Amino acid sequence: MILAVLSGFLAALILAFSGKLFRGRLSVLLGLLPLSIFNYFLYFFPDISAGKVITFSYRWIPSLGINLDFRLDGLSMLFVMLITGIGALIYFYAASYLEGHKFLDRFYAYLSLFMGSMLGLVLADNTLLIFIFWELTSISSFFLIGFNNDNAESRKSALMALAITGCGGFFLLASFVLMGIATQTYSIGQMLAAPGFLKEQPAYELVLFFLFVGSFSKSAQFPFHFWLPGAMKAPTPVSAYLHSATMVKAGIYLLARFSPLLGDHLLWTNTLMITGGFTMLYAAAHSVFKKDLKSILAYSTISALGMLVFLIGIGTRYAIVAAAAFILVHALYKAGLFLITGIIDHEAGTRNIDKLGGLRKWFPLVALAGLLAALSSAGVPLTFGFIGKDLIYEATLHTQDFFRYTLTPLALITNILLLYAGFSTGIRPFAGSIPENLSKGPLHPSLSPLLWIPPLILGGLSIFFGLLPYVPDQLLVSHAASSIYGSYIFLPLKIWHGFNLTLLLSAVTIVAGAALYFLYRPATASAATQYWLQWFSPQHLTEWTGEKTRLFAYHYTKMLQNGYLRSYILTITVFLIGLIGYRFFSTVDLRVNTSGFTEIRFFEFVVFAITVIATITTVFTNSRLTAIVSMSIIGLSICLIYVYYGAPDLAMTQFTIDTLTVVLFVLVLYRLPQYLINSNRKMKLRDGLVAFSFGTLISLITLQALISPANKEISRFYADNAYLLAKGKNVVNVILVDFRGADTMVETMVLTIAALGVYSLLKLNVKPTDKD
Amino acid sequence: MEYLLIFLIGLLYSSGIYLMLRKSMVKLLLGLILLGNGANILIFLMGDIAKGQPPIIPRDASIFTQMYADPVPQSLILTAIVISFGLQSFAIILLKRVYQMTKSDNLDTLNTHEIDI
Repeated sequence: MILAVLSGFLAALILAFSGKLFRGRLSVLLGLLPLSIFNYFLYFFPDISAGKVITFSYRWIPSLGINLDFRLDGLSMLFVMLITGIGALIYFYAASYLEGHKFLDRFYAYLSLFMGSMLGLVLADNTLLIFIFWELTSISSFFLIGFNNDNAESRKSALMALAITGCGGFFLLASFVLMGIATQTYSIGQMLAAPGFLKEQPAYELVLFFLFVGSFSKSAQFPFHFWLPGAMKAPTPVSAYLHSATMVKAGIYLLARFSPLLGDHLLWTNTLMITGGFTMLYAAAHSVFKKDLKSILAYSTISALGMLVFLIGIGTRYAIVAAAAFILVHALYKAGLFLITGIIDHEAGTRNIDKLGGLRKWFPLVALAGLLAALSSAGVPLTFGFIGKDLIYEATLHTQDFFRYTLTPLALITNILLLYAGFSTGIRPFAGSIPENLSKGPLHPSLSPLLWIPPLILGGLSIFFGLLPYVPDQLLVSHAASSIYGSYIFLPLKIWHGFNLTLLLSAVTIVAGAALYFLYRPATASAATQYWLQWFSPQHLTEWTGEKTRLFAYHYTKMLQNGYLRSYILTITVFLIGLIGYRFFSTVDLRVNTSGFTEIRFFEFVVFAITVIATITTVFTNSRLTAIVSMSIIGLSICLIYVYYGAPDLAMTQFTIDTLTVVLFVLVLYRLPQYLINSNRKMKLRDGLVAFSFGTLISLITLQALISPANKEISRFYADNAYLLAKGKNVVNVILVDFRGADTMVETMVLTIAALGVYSLLKLNVKPTDKD
Repeated sequence: MEYLLIFLIGLLYSSGIYLMLRKSMVKLLLGLILLGNGANILIFLMGDIAKGQPPIIPRDASIFTQMYADPVPQSLILTAIVISFGLQSFAIILLKRVYQMTKSDNLDTLNTHEIDI
């Protein structure tokens, strides 16, 4: 099984390195990958039908509790079939749809990466593993949405989708970690062994909150829904695969998976019913105003996802079976409609429903597929959609009194609007006569079978499952529903329930929806009237926040990293004064102990006075030469201080170096212009204040440091052993060239490097053109 | 004498910082040198200054018999002086080259600002 899961990643890797082979017609062969995985999983059907749960475990990071644990049950099986089955159709379809695209190999690499991640997500038994695959699906979705990377809109949508789903992923991780802490395990199988445990934990509310944000962002629930219409910038096969049939259902999968663990709790039920209910109505209402085929499909997908969340929220046996069936129903007809939209876009060059019509004359078989998908989405009897719709009404009718009267109309309105969306996309482009703008005929007259067979298969399956409902029921739906519910459900799907309220509701749906379809056309003005509401929309708020954050980061960076050296020095100094000063004054009690201090002799005072005067001159003079000379006087005075206090070596070095520096300074700089006179008094005052405080602080610290006795151990060792061990009598010299000889050698190297630098700077010839 | 040295350290530090906060490159360099001098005296002072007793073992002895100045700060300062010379000479030459290229001593003119990110 691990090979089946990881083969997607392997394929992506191979394509990344040797993709050129599959850029041409050979790309069709890549469809064999999902097809073979599909066939591999068919082999598990007998076990799943017997109600078994198949587990596989591979050691990965046992110390962290992360193993490649996979678990195949009814729910996973349903998703695996969707991922690989629809995946195979998409692979074949894309080979023709994107034929001749220069990055076709890259496309398949992303697609394989996605398929592998998605399989891993629905099969993983370990929550951390789920998180990893979850993020991988977000990333591959990002690449696929931004596949047309020369389009700015496309890039923006990709970023938006990544931002929303990626952030959701972090919430999910938080939820998983909290669950892991509460249950002491990351294995879903072990958690499922004690289903009621998590509900009694104090962390339950938090776990739920994080899980909801994670799944809602992925499954495009309000208020995170807006990335999905944007994601329609992706090539149509991607929209069909990721953004309607599989990836957006990952959030649904997650809710379904944790339903036995966390569900059947007031918080769970109400949140899901309210969010799902609102989303399905909100999105369905939006879809009515759209003219772009893909936008209609996007909003009706959001609506369908809302319906699924809603059903999982209700959580009764009817609702769970309805959810499981509707996942399959929706995947079949929505993927089909997307593929048909792709064909229309490919051949007619437009997706605006106002400019389309009569296409049945071009492609009768595609029109047939569109009709089947639209009928299934409408829930017309003898299609699988009818059974799905029936179950939804059954679910809402089998709730308690209050809910029965509120939820049923809600579902009814949504279904009517969804029917309209299905008809608009599946039938309208093919009905009527061909408008003038399309009179030239299709862009590619010979339609490749790779394009029209996949939607026809999907449409055919919708009818086949509708005619023989026990087939999908026995194979997929009942086992998936049992997994979601947590115990076995026996509630067979039926074509005919007899004359009852459900049938009446279905009839009302179809009649009202058809009436809407025939009587209503979206007007152009309706978009403009909604404009002022846009400011409050979650999408606008997200973009606004993003833009403001970017501006804030820009100004903040510009303030701190402004490129002026002196402002950095100022910041560092002020910070140091604050930090050290605070610590110093809050913890050290100031004492002055002058007993050990030496007395001041007259000539010392003279030297001191000279140094002070020279320093002040250096700072305030307006002549560069004066500054250099007075600086050298400071150096020489310090030299004298060294002499007075028993440091002849220092005095000699200081004298030499000081002289050299002054000579160098004068030689190089005497030709420089006068100092700039910047008489900004405020600035000088501020800098002076900062400098003064810093100097005072250093003086105070020095005064305090003198009180504590210095550790003389090292000095004594050197002094005692200078002659005995190193045969030298000048201890300073012995330390430098003997005890710490290696350090001195490195120091010499530093000087050599500096000398090389100086030399090369002097020799450097800059061409006039380089000066700029 | 310690008082005077402590005052001197404070003065050199604040003058150094003040000069480094100026716009001129030469002042920046002078400030750095002053700061270095201040730091040297600080280290020197930490070694309990003892007058007139260099850390040199008398000619006729193999170990010290009298008080001696602390040799460790001295060797540290010696290293510091030499290294700072390396830095200073490099900086002076660099300054000269920069001036040759830009005809300016103003640090601000060396900045390139990105207009927008």
